[in-house]
Amino acid sequence: MSAFLMPSLGADMDAGTLVEWLVTPGTAVKRGDTIALVETQKGAIEIEVFEDGVFEKPLVEIGAKVPVGTALAMIGHPGEAGEGAEVSAVVEVAETADAKVEVPSSTSPAVTETAKPVPSVPAEPAKQAAPVAAPVAAAISQPEPATISTPDVAVGIDADTGTGDVVRAGAQTTRVKITPAARRLAEKSGIEISGLTGTGPDGTIVLADVPVAAAGVEQAAKPAMQPDAGSGALSGMRAAIAAAMTRSNQTIPHYYLAHHIDLSAAEDFVTQYNAGRDAGARILLGALFVKAVARAAKKYPEFNGFFAEDTYQPSPEVHVGVAINIRGTGLVAPAIHNADQLELDGLMDAMRDLVSRVRAGRFRSSELSDPTITISSLGDRGVEALYGIIYPPQVALIGFGMPVMRPWVVDGMVGPRRIVEVTLAGDHRVSDGHRGALFLNAIEGFLLKPETL
Amino acid sequence: MSSPADMEAALGEELHRIAPDIEVSDIDRKGELREEFDIDSMDFLNLVTALSKRFDLPIPETDYPRLSSFDNAVAYLAEKVA
Repeated sequence: MSAFLMPSLGADMDAGTLVEWLVTPGTAVKRGDTIALVETQKGAIEIEVFEDGVFEKPLVEIGAKVPVGTALAMIGHPGEAGEGAEVSAVVEVAETADAKVEVPSSTSPAVTETAKPVPSVPAEPAKQAAPVAAPVAAAISQPEPATISTPDVAVGIDADTGTGDVVRAGAQTTRVKITPAARRLAEKSGIEISGLTGTGPDGTIVLADVPVAAAGVEQAAKPAMQPDAGSGALSGMRAAIAAAMTRSNQTIPHYYLAHHIDLSAAEDFVTQYNAGRDAGARILLGALFVKAVARAAKKYPEFNGFFAEDTYQPSPEVHVGVAINIRGTGLVAPAIHNADQLELDGLMDAMRDLVSRVRAGRFRSSELSDPTITISSLGDRGVEALYGIIYPPQVALIGFGMPVMRPWVVDGMVGPRRIVEVTLAGDHRVSDGHRGALFLNAIEGFLLKPETL
Repeated sequence: MSSPADMEAALGEELHRIAPDIEVSDIDRKGELREEFDIDSMDFLNLVTALSKRFDLPIPETDYPRLSSFDNAVAYLAEKVA
């Protein structure tokens, strides 16, 4: 068993506030499953676990501030001898309106186990914004059984036997799975739980599924999303961006390269692809940009990875961060995972989904912590070139300007062509202009032959 | 053909979902739609998708130029929607 720590969610993020637990003790979790909802300057983030295991118990209360590195929960690993690792509570809530919430006495032994676990450090320590040893030692040296208050842990009464017996996750009952936070909100708002559809892990009903909560979560997110007045102290997302960009310009020696790419073939490809397709199935030129950069990044590892503590770690995978504008508030660049391997329609769906969730203020933690390279595109805003600032700990940023019709020489003749200016901001500690030029040319190569994307 | 007033209301609703911070009364109805509402290509595609679903209308890419301004878009919808 080990403590799962609050992951770093980007260079500009220090702490969040725990809003909701998405799983209950005893639930088996797989790598990538979400276990908690944390509110930050950027919005509501679903925290994902890094490894398979069993969510044994939460270590933090709802409403608590959780800086990076805080021990969030105890995760039991497969094959471990039970260290008092009993399932400590019932995982489902009975639907009866008057279900009483009681803590069976059998829960106390599990809760009082003393912590001797080794902190589980996420697989990519290079990405942690700060050393985590100190906070973890503090968090687990004093295990407090009283830390978790009863209402935070879902407990129910077995409707069939009428007893408070411990029931394990996955037991065959007719109960509804719902997180305590969601259940409280539904009850408070007079909403029938049985009428709700769960979108959480295993169909669990989460805060976002309670209709009132949808407004509530956005309300909670609103303080972070208020449009900047344009004067006064920086707040929320703007402050986060300021911190990251300042740090970037102070620590990363940037160099810049620019290149023009003829988009005729790419535009024709998109037109042909979209003809006869419903609007919901069409792709944007932007999807081709992401795919081209992702494929090129696979061949040029010095532009795809993380630089931390004087070491560069190229990433075996390509997770392209896509800069998304949030109306009146700022900018985030969450990752599309393995963008080099997605088909164009899948990539477009991922982008659509990402944009809508981001604008609603909701992300998955891996989307914020995982980008290995970022693309920023201001093509719609009518500027011809964008010179970006690299987002640490990444080492490159590709900027796309507005595609414009220009007189262009092709085969000795001048003709109108759709041209886009692409720029590369590179980290000179890791790469130099020669490689940067090859990288940009590789991107061009893919866009000239879109059928190969 | 439908009434422009109905189409105007519908278009206003869909635009409001995408650009909640901008009121139809504040914009130049003959100005560039994307500029007036500060929407990008993804937003525009989402708008077309929403209108397409709402009115069961194909709205092919070749028709996009007809949605160049708020007034033009209303006229287009009034013409195409039964």
